[in-house]
Amino acid sequence: MADAPNSPGPSPRPYGRPLSPHLQIYRWPITMAASITHRLTGLALAAGTLFLSWWLIAAASGPEAYAVFAFAAGNLLGEIVLFGFLWSLAFHLLNGIRHLAWDVGYGFKVPTAKLTAVIVYAASLLLAVAAFVLGIMVSRGLGT
Amino acid sequence: MTRLRTPLSRIEGLGSARSGTQHFWHQRLTAVALVPLSIWFVASALAYVGAEQGAVAAYFAAPANAVPMFLFILASTYHMSLGVQIIIEDYIHNEGQKIAALMLNRFAAWAIGAASTFALIKMALR
Repeated sequence: MADAPNSPGPSPRPYGRPLSPHLQIYRWPITMAASITHRLTGLALAAGTLFLSWWLIAAASGPEAYAVFAFAAGNLLGEIVLFGFLWSLAFHLLNGIRHLAWDVGYGFKVPTAKLTAVIVYAASLLLAVAAFVLGIMVSRGLGT
Repeated sequence: MTRLRTPLSRIEGLGSARSGTQHFWHQRLTAVALVPLSIWFVASALAYVGAEQGAVAAYFAAPANAVPMFLFILASTYHMSLGVQIIIEDYIHNEGQKIAALMLNRFAAWAIGAASTFALIKMALR
């Protein structure tokens, strides 16, 4: 659609008026970083469902198909993907609970929102490391 | 002030897109469901991702594991399609590209959900 005179879309700036500032102009408050991270981890988890699908299909198909998956999951690259998946899930889950609290009206004060953002970053990292270490220990114990 | 909306459209409360708050509500509904389901899934995945194929298939064959796994697949693929839809609508402004991306998003969610569900049924009914 062509830009109508009053459309909000991109149009030439006739008088050199300033544009509204965007991401690269602001100093990043942690609440903004958490919001962006929530979207990025959501996208990462969407990509991660491909691995979930692969795992289930391989397990349903038989030992040969599963050996291919086990090799991919068992090496360093697979472990990096696993850690990325675990941290993304931990962050998205905890920040999702933060969002649900906002939906019912809690935690909107600026100091509270800042504090809960810090908590979500710290707790998600702790959870991901704990789950990853536990998972590696279990798979080393069962797999060999 | 002249009201251009019909009385029916006002009491339906569905707005111009005809869907009202359905997207918002379903995103929250699946989010709440995914809190326990994803915790259960991570525990299962960490316990069995390094196991033999037979052990994984036997785990998902048990009804107590197959049912929550099906619910997890259902809720997560739906939640994912709702979330990615918002990102597409926010950042892709070319109308043709946007519609193509929205279709691709739905197709991908259905494909991943169907493939995962089929694998699960195959393990459960072996």
